[in-house]
Amino acid sequence: MKQGSLAIRMSGLGGQGVVTAAHLLGGSVIRDGKCSTVNPFFGAEKRLAPAESYVRISDEEISERGEVIYPNIIMIFHPHVITLGKSYTMPFYFGLKDEGILIINAEKPLTLTDENSEDLRILKAKTFYISANNISMDITGTELSANIAMLGALIGITKVVSLVSMQKAIEERFGMKKFVASGTTAALDDVVKSKFAKVSQLIEKNVEVAKKAIEEVKEYPLSSNIESRN
Amino acid sequence: MMAKKTVEQKIVDPEYLFFEAKREKQFITGSEAVREAVKRANVDMAIAYPITPQSESMHLVGDIYAEGYIKDYFRGESEFAVMSSVAGAAMGGVRVFTATAGPGTLRAFEMFPTWAGARLPIVCDFFCRGVNSPLTIQPDTIEIGFMLDTKMMIFHAETAQDLFDMTLQSFIIAEQPDVHLPIGVFADGFFVTHTREIVEIPPDDIKLPPYDPYKSPVPAMDMETPPIRQMRDPFVMKSNFISYASHASWQQEILAAAERARKHIHKYLGGLIETENEGADILIMASGTAVSQAHEAIWQANQEGIEVGLIKFKVIRPFPTEEIKMIAKGARAIIVPEFNISGWLAKEIRSVIEDNSKVVGAPRVYGGMAMPPELIVEEIRRVAR
Repeated sequence: MKQGSLAIRMSGLGGQGVVTAAHLLGGSVIRDGKCSTVNPFFGAEKRLAPAESYVRISDEEISERGEVIYPNIIMIFHPHVITLGKSYTMPFYFGLKDEGILIINAEKPLTLTDENSEDLRILKAKTFYISANNISMDITGTELSANIAMLGALIGITKVVSLVSMQKAIEERFGMKKFVASGTTAALDDVVKSKFAKVSQLIEKNVEVAKKAIEEVKEYPLSSNIESRN
Repeated sequence: MMAKKTVEQKIVDPEYLFFEAKREKQFITGSEAVREAVKRANVDMAIAYPITPQSESMHLVGDIYAEGYIKDYFRGESEFAVMSSVAGAAMGGVRVFTATAGPGTLRAFEMFPTWAGARLPIVCDFFCRGVNSPLTIQPDTIEIGFMLDTKMMIFHAETAQDLFDMTLQSFIIAEQPDVHLPIGVFADGFFVTHTREIVEIPPDDIKLPPYDPYKSPVPAMDMETPPIRQMRDPFVMKSNFISYASHASWQQEILAAAERARKHIHKYLGGLIETENEGADILIMASGTAVSQAHEAIWQANQEGIEVGLIKFKVIRPFPTEEIKMIAKGARAIIVPEFNISGWLAKEIRSVIEDNSKVVGAPRVYGGMAMPPELIVEEIRRVAR
């Protein structure tokens, strides 16, 4: 990929908002005046089935399409992507570029296999953890904003987009009177919206989720991971 | 019954809509680009049957029917039923649109040569998807290979922008009296339909002039008034010289109509192919999203000091035979990356150029696999040695 460009892979489970997160990120990048393309990858559209999405970001026009094979950043939305291999991409860090970034949603750092830890050490990968579900639950009363917490973590680590643009993207996605989505996505939209009396509250609370995640995301050195196993 | 809602749109010249009207940038998916194209196409009727990755686009077309942009819209009971209904609508003299994908294309297949044979100017979007078992819903362009001999015209969009422009422009090209043939606008599923990107589109308060069925080169179906399009007493049933000769000449006339489309394609699409650095020793020839991957691969090869040209096919039928023959003369190697196992584009190119040993039919991915540009770079390095 060209200089100044960034490729992100998001891996998670159906219903977690992996695709929505990618669209929100892409929309924010465009608002910030850069170029972006976004696309999803899924099989049967059902909850808890593996789902991936990809975001490309660049100062220049982007030609490459489809799945991101060699990402700079990998965002893991659910520990089962790693621990149960619920993913289209195995192992979960496959294709990660040297000195790439991993952002993992888990309550506490996961114990990786020796092989995985060794690979990540060779890649000089930086591993970050965020308890996105808890942040989401605490602020919105549902885990359905975990994807926003993941985006907050990404902003906290990379500053790839501004929080203002992200807020605008959230407003556009959930504030518009109509968003055309598949039946399952529309059903989840309804669940999210039912948690709030007003759309303005939905947006406000989700921005709060993102802000909290910006503060809470923590790097977890891989060496300590290996030590903890010994 | 409530009166059907309609939206006021100003009818403008196709040239104005395509080239002059001020365009606005929107960050939308390929499926949404289809909705925007149909909104401005003055479509009378759309008929839908869902199949991933096409479902969203016809769902969105259903939405603009509800908003009043289309006069009639319904769901068929299968892909075959949809393609048959679309044929009926076109025979009845209205502008009609539908879309399908992969297995849907195959299920409806009988109708495509029938459309061409009946000279129906139907525009259908096809969102390429794997068709074989084991199942995949991901992109695979094998269906274009199957469609090559249906006598439909075949356009292949690389981006959502192409998909918007080609879908809209196809109506005008298909309906030319000296053409009057169906056009399939193909785009790779997911990589175009579900990808959100910037698309530049003219305002939605203008639309194309309506279809004029009286400009059809074959009269509207009327079983009582000869000459008629659908025969009362089909000559194919009769084993005599006249019936065979008329059938054969009819088929030749379909091919001739596609030949006559070339000038209209030049006018509206700017040509059957697009070229960059066509004088280079090494060329990549590709269509659809393989072009996008090739772009990136060429950039990587340039970093290594290897110069590579790019030929993008926008139109597969009619095939850009003369253009390709000419360009191929100067090339040492022609790399043809494809998203299907049969390599139909490599075969097509080999069949028209003088020295077909210079065609490298690789890389090829299929069954819904991604094509990392690095695979194309490997081929470039190999031929550059």
